Amino acid sequence: MALFLIRRLGHGLLVLWLITVAVFALFFVAPSNVAQTLAGRQATPETVDLIKHRLGLDLPVWKQYLHFVENALHGNLGYDYYHQVPVTTIIGTALPITVSLALGAAVLWLLLGIFNGVISAVHPRSLADRGLTLFSLFFYSFPSFLLGLLLLYFLYFRLTLAGFHWFPAGGYSPLTAGAGAWFQHLLLPWVALALLLAATYTRLTRGSMLDVLGEDYIRTARSKGIRESRVIVRHGLRSALTPVVTQFGIDLGQLIGGVVVTETVFSLPGLGQTAVTAINQQDLPVIIGIVLFASAAVVVANILVDIAYAFLDPRVRLH
Amino acid sequence: MTAAIEMVDVVDEPKAIEGRSPFVLALRRLRKDKVAMISLAVIVLIVLMAIFAPVFAAITGHPPNEQYRDIGLTPDGLPRGPNGTFWLGTDDLGRDILVRIAYGARVSLLVGVIATAITVAIGVVLGLAAGFLGGVVDTVLARLIDVVLSVPFLLVAIALVSVTGPSLTVTVLVIGFFSWASVARIVRGQVLSLREREFVEAARSLGAGDRRIMFVDVLPNVLAPVIVYTTLLIPVVIVTQATLSFLGLGLPPPTADWGGMISASQNYYTTAWWFILFPGLALLITTLAFNLFGDGVRDAFDPRADRT
Repeated sequence: MALFLIRRLGHGLLVLWLITVAVFALFFVAPSNVAQTLAGRQATPETVDLIKHRLGLDLPVWKQYLHFVENALHGNLGYDYYHQVPVTTIIGTALPITVSLALGAAVLWLLLGIFNGVISAVHPRSLADRGLTLFSLFFYSFPSFLLGLLLLYFLYFRLTLAGFHWFPAGGYSPLTAGAGAWFQHLLLPWVALALLLAATYTRLTRGSMLDVLGEDYIRTARSKGIRESRVIVRHGLRSALTPVVTQFGIDLGQLIGGVVVTETVFSLPGLGQTAVTAINQQDLPVIIGIVLFASAAVVVANILVDIAYAFLDPRVRLH
Repeated sequence: MTAAIEMVDVVDEPKAIEGRSPFVLALRRLRKDKVAMISLAVIVLIVLMAIFAPVFAAITGHPPNEQYRDIGLTPDGLPRGPNGTFWLGTDDLGRDILVRIAYGARVSLLVGVIATAITVAIGVVLGLAAGFLGGVVDTVLARLIDVVLSVPFLLVAIALVSVTGPSLTVTVLVIGFFSWASVARIVRGQVLSLREREFVEAARSLGAGDRRIMFVDVLPNVLAPVIVYTTLLIPVVIVTQATLSFLGLGLPPPTADWGGMISASQNYYTTAWWFILFPGLALLITTLAFNLFGDGVRDAFDPRADRT
């Protein structure tokens, strides 16, 4: 187990290193006029050069890269071009918002996906099964920005027009400022995200439940006279959840860098929106920092999934 | 009596036993799937709409980029709702939404098909190479797959497009470049087990080289999962393209494309419901049709998966 962990960690670090190289190469090959933007239209070439020098942009790319890696290893991802705020601070400010969004949505989509999946598997080919499959495919097909806009239209605009001020137009209210407002601001983004992702879980749970319910030990449990609901939940669902847990880890890791659209539609200043702003301003340190952080989230999530897998399914450990 | 006669008949004229390949069997199953066939019909309609987009322009008399600032906008400069002249209403610049939806279908389908084709081609070749050749090739490719799958795709895609400037080529390349890894991983996994099978050994003992075995003997055996994945990838690609457009990184204006139309409608959704509704519906119907069809293809090609 220890050896397996060390090897996985080594792989993870290698992947992260390759990503820094790739991201650096991509953005430094492209022409950048950020110094010009910072200096303003009227600036003399000398001012622009001075700014370039201050930002370290006059160094060769490989030297900039070495600086970046050296600092990153010391936990410093650089400073943003415009206000000299440490990138780690920027990430630290945005992260709670993205995590609130991702975790809340995760609770919803797990409940929805697993519940629907179990219902479908218990009555395969029934009307309920077909209905639920269609329901989940319908939302799976929704582009996330469209679903977000529709939710805003009906649940914010229409309701507010009708005199019900239940949902805000967007924005974020931190948990420290009151759980009620936090919940109110996040409910629509949660629903938007959860409806999209639940489909995968419905399908996964359904398939895995169908496999498990065909096993001998389920028949044994039934023949012992155990109540059907108990057979399904305790005996069936418990072992059917392994692939669901795997998928969950992967999805959660990817959400850190993948909620760009939901954050944009609902004006949540999380990592995704911060990155988009940085991209529009060519604020390279922030872009690279967030991309790297989001990639690290995926890598860590994948390692955790492998470990969880080994615990959930003892057969995996033998290999 | 009749039974005896029938038996004699059978003996006399044995029915020719048709060889049915799994592919043919899958197609038969697919043809019986009503939902999949309806979805296919919808897809065909959308394709026809894209091909005959100029016909829409000719019938209505409104070119896709023509701005009717007089008859197409209200005196306050707002979009006009559906009426006799503009069947699905107009957008913020007084352009005909119906005609622009028809032209927008071209962008969605073109990107959907081309980017998917590139993705699948790269994924299949690299997956085959990694799984079959093994050794250093596999190690390098497997790490590369890990890297691509760990990168936050949408973020990097946005960053790339903003650096290079939006265009059809860039969109297609960015999507293709970041999507091949999942295909490669599926193919690699299949090939890893296939290469130990006897028919590979048989081919080798007949003197076949690596390339021949890979593409002639092994490739047909991984086609089923690849076909399933391909049909399910098209709607994903279409949504990705629309998302890039929505974020302002689609095709440069005035080209009509659905994501861009929905993005522009955002500021008007309280006053002009048709402006977001119709392009949104077009996009949703397209992805839904492809997903339902893809679902049918999956059931047809992997009968065990869903018919328990």
